[in-house]
Amino acid sequence: MSRVIAPLLLVVLALLPLWLKDPYLLNALIITGIFTLCAMSLNLLLGFTGQLSLGHVAFFGIGAYVSALTALGFDVELPFGLVLVVEPGSPLLGFVLAVLVTALCGYLIGRLAFRVRGAYFVIVTISFAEVVRLVALNWVDLTQGPLALTSIPNMVLPLPGLGETVLRTKMQNYYLVLGMAVVGYLVVAQLVTSRFGRAMRGLQQNESLALSLGINATRTLTVAATLSAAMAGAAGSLYAHYLRIIDPDVFLFSYTVTMVIMVVAGGKGTLAGPLVGGLIFGLLPVALRPVMAPEAQWIVYGGVLIAILFLMPQGIVPALDALTRRLRRARPAKSAPGAVEAGANP
Amino acid sequence: MSMGTTEAVLSVEHVSMRFGGLTAIADLHFDVRAGEILSLIGPNGAGKTTAFNIMTGFLKPTQGRVLFRGRDLAKLRPNDIAMLGLARTFQRTSVFAEDSVLDNVLIGLNRHGEASLLDRLLPTPGARRRDRATLARAEAILDLVGLSGRAQEKAGSLSYGEQRLVGFALALAIEPSMLLLDEPVSGMNASETQAFVRLIRTVRDSGITILLVEHDMPMVMEVSDRIVCLSYGRLIAEGTPDEIRRDPKVIEAYLGKSAAKLERREAAHA
Repeated sequence: MSRVIAPLLLVVLALLPLWLKDPYLLNALIITGIFTLCAMSLNLLLGFTGQLSLGHVAFFGIGAYVSALTALGFDVELPFGLVLVVEPGSPLLGFVLAVLVTALCGYLIGRLAFRVRGAYFVIVTISFAEVVRLVALNWVDLTQGPLALTSIPNMVLPLPGLGETVLRTKMQNYYLVLGMAVVGYLVVAQLVTSRFGRAMRGLQQNESLALSLGINATRTLTVAATLSAAMAGAAGSLYAHYLRIIDPDVFLFSYTVTMVIMVVAGGKGTLAGPLVGGLIFGLLPVALRPVMAPEAQWIVYGGVLIAILFLMPQGIVPALDALTRRLRRARPAKSAPGAVEAGANP
Repeated sequence: MSMGTTEAVLSVEHVSMRFGGLTAIADLHFDVRAGEILSLIGPNGAGKTTAFNIMTGFLKPTQGRVLFRGRDLAKLRPNDIAMLGLARTFQRTSVFAEDSVLDNVLIGLNRHGEASLLDRLLPTPGARRRDRATLARAEAILDLVGLSGRAQEKAGSLSYGEQRLVGFALALAIEPSMLLLDEPVSGMNASETQAFVRLIRTVRDSGITILLVEHDMPMVMEVSDRIVCLSYGRLIAEGTPDEIRRDPKVIEAYLGKSAAKLERREAAHA
């Protein structure tokens, strides 16, 4: 199913700006795309290793701050009267550093947290996100605290034939985010179908059995956490250079919740799940905005989520998978009783 | 002895395991020789599975040590021990239930057909060739255990006996030099058991040493070169199937004191 949905979505999304010129909608699509990238990275952990990171927004926020600070430059006082001065750099360098720094954070959190898994991992990740948020809020010297980092330069891309291009327009940023989403999708797709992906699947289904087959649990989970964090960091960098302003609210817990909703509703452990969930829950508020009051929007948002999980407890993509399987089986037999509920397979 | 070789592949050296006040295993000491089929028997609760868990690193012994091909396993994790070529199956059916039978074996083949992360992110011809080799290997293993026809089915949907075969195929996939089988034929019917006995012999003949825990006594007597009997965590007898069958201590452990006395009396009369 993912093989059908993903290319289909790509074609639609690639052609969309040709007739969609409304900047408000384009903006909504860009933000949705960035959060979908986050959802894809969360899916790598939650869907393929079964570990719930409820502090995933920390990697997103760190990516945003690292990238923004690299581009803006900063000076901070260090102990012993030293002063660290960093001159403004290229946003592209910021992006690379954002990926590397968040990968390192993911590695450390992974090493630390996978010794104590399940609920402990959830707690460690939440705490990590909260600590980072407080640092961003209070280290005013570096982050400007609640005053926010402003005038962050737009992302720069060295395009062949055009030289260094500053991505100023929404259209350019739209394609940048779409491109990154494609890269992220391909990375996850390659990973999960590889030997490494099989190790993750094995560990998630039956850890003792996986260990008895020589699968190294610590290493597998740490690599997954590292890559997942790096992807969220990349999304954070795109976010910072697109909005050009970030404050400690990039660490909001509700962002993590949004990512979890996108993954779970779309279908965790499937490649297309976060894409479908991301588009639905990213664009739902946009669709509801003209027709109802803000309070009612959130009620509908919650209602849609409950309805999806009630009818398709595994998520949308697995439910579609089950449906096509049943149709395919029913057709040659010429009997389609259809008595079984779609996706009712727990 | 009868095997012509006496080289120990696995040595259990004075191993004890205590859980709080409970002694699950006391001073267990025996060798498994290269190329033999050795069975570990004993009544329920005798400590057989605990011994298995110690040999494969899932438990660390309170005392004593286990050597595999001369190497002390004390500091190794289960996955490290698997990589040394010591494979095991589990007593409860153990498969990756959500995956197809073929994918199960592919997970088992993880330590082989190595395609690195980088290989994967930029799929090179080399990586693809290795993928094909891995697939061929998986198919060969399924063929050996007789599950080729089930390759595409979900492992969790197979019958109990077939799932045990998947577990066995998984253990074979890591290309072990020694295989520990924890009650492999429990839940199999008579013909499945017979087929499995043939399978164990084929595997042994290919050079893999086998240590078997099993309750099906006719099967144990038929397939074993030697038998080690445990009772309440202690080794009470060691020998060929014939020796074990006649050992009064073994009879007592399984049937109780009075039965053993009866047996002895009958033997005296005969």
